[in-house]
Amino acid sequence: MSAQTEIHAPSLPFPPGGNAGEETPRIVPVRRTGQWAAAVVVLLLLAGALVSVVRNDAFQWGVVGEYLTTDAVLRGLGLTLWLTALVMVLGFALGTLLAVFRLSGNRVLQAVSWGYIWLFRSTPILVQLLFWFNIGALYPQILGVDTVNLLSPITVAVIGLTLHEAAYAAEVVRGGILSVERGQLEAAQSLGLGPWRRLRRIVLPQAMRSIVPPAGNMLIGTLKGTSIVSIIAVQDLLYSVQLVYHRTYEVIPLLLVATLWYVAVTSLLSIGQYYVERHYARGTAGTR
Amino acid sequence: MSAPTKEATGSDAMVEIRSVHKSFGPLEVLRGIDLSVRAGEVTVVLGPSGSGKSTLLRTINHLEKVDQGWISVDGTLVGYRRSGNKLYELREREVLRQRTRIGFVFQNFNLFPHLTVLENVIEAPIAALGRPRKDAVAAAEKLLARVGLAEKAGAYPKQLSGGQQQRVAIARALALEPKLLLFDEPTSALDPELVGEVLDVIKDLARGGTTMIVVTHEIGFAREVADTVVFMDEGRIVEQGPPADVLDRPVQERTRAFLSKVL
Repeated sequence: MSAQTEIHAPSLPFPPGGNAGEETPRIVPVRRTGQWAAAVVVLLLLAGALVSVVRNDAFQWGVVGEYLTTDAVLRGLGLTLWLTALVMVLGFALGTLLAVFRLSGNRVLQAVSWGYIWLFRSTPILVQLLFWFNIGALYPQILGVDTVNLLSPITVAVIGLTLHEAAYAAEVVRGGILSVERGQLEAAQSLGLGPWRRLRRIVLPQAMRSIVPPAGNMLIGTLKGTSIVSIIAVQDLLYSVQLVYHRTYEVIPLLLVATLWYVAVTSLLSIGQYYVERHYARGTAGTR
Repeated sequence: MSAPTKEATGSDAMVEIRSVHKSFGPLEVLRGIDLSVRAGEVTVVLGPSGSGKSTLLRTINHLEKVDQGWISVDGTLVGYRRSGNKLYELREREVLRQRTRIGFVFQNFNLFPHLTVLENVIEAPIAALGRPRKDAVAAAEKLLARVGLAEKAGAYPKQLSGGQQQRVAIARALALEPKLLLFDEPTSALDPELVGEVLDVIKDLARGGTTMIVVTHEIGFAREVADTVVFMDEGRIVEQGPPADVLDRPVQERTRAFLSKVL
């Protein structure tokens, strides 16, 4: 027995009964010297850039401050916000319908959905907007009413952005539905739950976990993407500042006004997304 | 009218399966299955994996459609309506109504993870049978007590052990007061020490006179609970009879070979 311990003793880093100390050895993590050095360099570069931006008079920060909260800009911001909200809600409602069509057993609905997504994803949103804006040239009258009176620029903006959004939303929702385990659907079927109930109560709540991250992405994209409606003279945030700088020629500071608002709203939305994701993670391991 | 079973057998059969065939692409999984299950009896289906036993179980509540033959439960054809010598496929709404009379327990439980235990159990009575919520909750609490999980009503499935989850799944199936219960390898996904608690619940149901078909690998359970043991291999029923015959004095060589491996 003593011979055995002697044979094994040299391979043990802490020989039993040795004088390496009675306590268990302390663990020291790897020192990340390079990472610290890099952090210092990055912070210095950032500070330098910041100082140069603040001290460069060409940015005209005074003008930025002057216009940041003027009525015209805030009205533009308001329009951008509700246009984004409306387009997201309508786009996802239509998109969910398209996703369900695509995954249904009905060949006609599948084809309709596929065709829609193909058409609206393969044309630029700019072209789609201009097309709806000029629809009066193709159909001067709809149901006896002049198209021009029927479709104001803002209506065109809502329709154009929604139809485009729905094509992308459909794919996001479809991916979410496909991510739900097949057994869930079988369990719901074996319990006699109808198709609508299965979708609303069983499948969609579980699909939301996969839908929320790309949907958050789309929301932020849409917020900034609505700025495209400035080309059809809808007074959103971007168009509002353009109206000002066309008059005053203070292009850069006014673009900064719009940018600051976009950054602020986007930051808020990112924080909101965190809480929405946490809500839909309910019932998964680790949530107690 | 749509009861070819009672005419044919004159028995009190709860389930009649006649020359059922099923293929997945080129693979023929069921090659002509005939089976009767009498009301109040427990039928245990044994067989190697790939023998078609799970597929057979899934055809009984029309989760899989059959290619040929027919199945009836409690005198009603499953998934089809007979007219003359033709079987017309039923609309989904009618199939769903039939399924509420057949409980199904899955190998992987398939509890709804975003709903609490209680919500899992009351979902079908409310949505499929239109029961008032208050009644459904009262019934669910009784069922959860019966499977020994009364205090877990507010928990989410992932907070429970596998054995507890499967017991909730059984309570969920029972909530529809089905005439027939189907179990698809109910203990195969469980850690060994949790198998007993699930089998105890199933045994308790068997003693209560529930008609059941159980696909399993638990030979001991089959010996103790089954009225009939069915041995399947390569999509056919090789041998069936009382457990004492099939398990202890198998006639067929393939049954003997299988049992010698699992016992």
